Amino acid sequence: MTVGLEHYLILSSILFAIGLYGALVKRSALVILMCIELMLNAVNITLIAFSRFITPIALTGQVFSIFSIVVAAAEVTIGLAIIIAIYRHYEGIDTSGINLLKW
Amino acid sequence: MGQGIAFWVLAIVAVAAALAVVGLRSVFRSALGLILCFLAIAGIFITLNADFLGAVQVLIYVGAVAVLIILAIMLTREVEHANVSNKLRLPALAVSVLFLGISAWAALSTQWPQTKDLPTEPTATILGNLLFGQNGFVLIVEIAALVILATIIGAISITREK
Repeated sequence: MTVGLEHYLILSSILFAIGLYGALVKRSALVILMCIELMLNAVNITLIAFSRFITPIALTGQVFSIFSIVVAAAEVTIGLAIIIAIYRHYEGIDTSGINLLKW
Repeated sequence: MGQGIAFWVLAIVAVAAALAVVGLRSVFRSALGLILCFLAIAGIFITLNADFLGAVQVLIYVGAVAVLIILAIMLTREVEHANVSNKLRLPALAVSVLFLGISAWAALSTQWPQTKDLPTEPTATILGNLLFGQNGFVLIVEIAALVILATIIGAISITREK
């Protein structure tokens, strides 16, 4: 049984679903950020699998995944900066306690 | 054949590590599971003939992002028993399973226009030509540079002591 495009798509769906569950359920902002990284990685697997099985010569999907990696690195940097700023202000990063902008 | 075995081993490791990220009680152990998941995903990239992106994955995610996350865990002092859930566990599980079902159904029922072309390796030359050559993605490379500059300035100004 050879491994095809569908195997990679199912694997990336499973990883994305695990990340989605964690991002919805967790209370610590750090763990939510980790789960978002998991979801971004799952999307990268999808991009590279399409690039491998549909356009193996042009490699456009790999270029897109490079930009997605750049955006993910920028996102995690800003996210951790915000988490550290919130920690200084509230002495904790429990998302249920951060309700300054809630009405 | 070897590629199939590598895929199954790496896929099982990646899914188990992702479950460890969500399930373990200690945030530090979750971060270690995340690193294992990133490494397995780098291996999956290599089974997809994306050698350059496998190296990029190890460098950026395992090298930089994981170190940043562990540093933030150390700075926030909420390591033990901090990985707890809120009250939305069942609805979130339902949403995730629903997403997984719809996505798997779409992936299996669509006729993808697959080609029989063999992939090219090494990919670094082609990617460099695509990113910096004629009719390439030079504008997006410039925008990515701006995004990273804004990120650096933003991170410094957000975390600066008043």
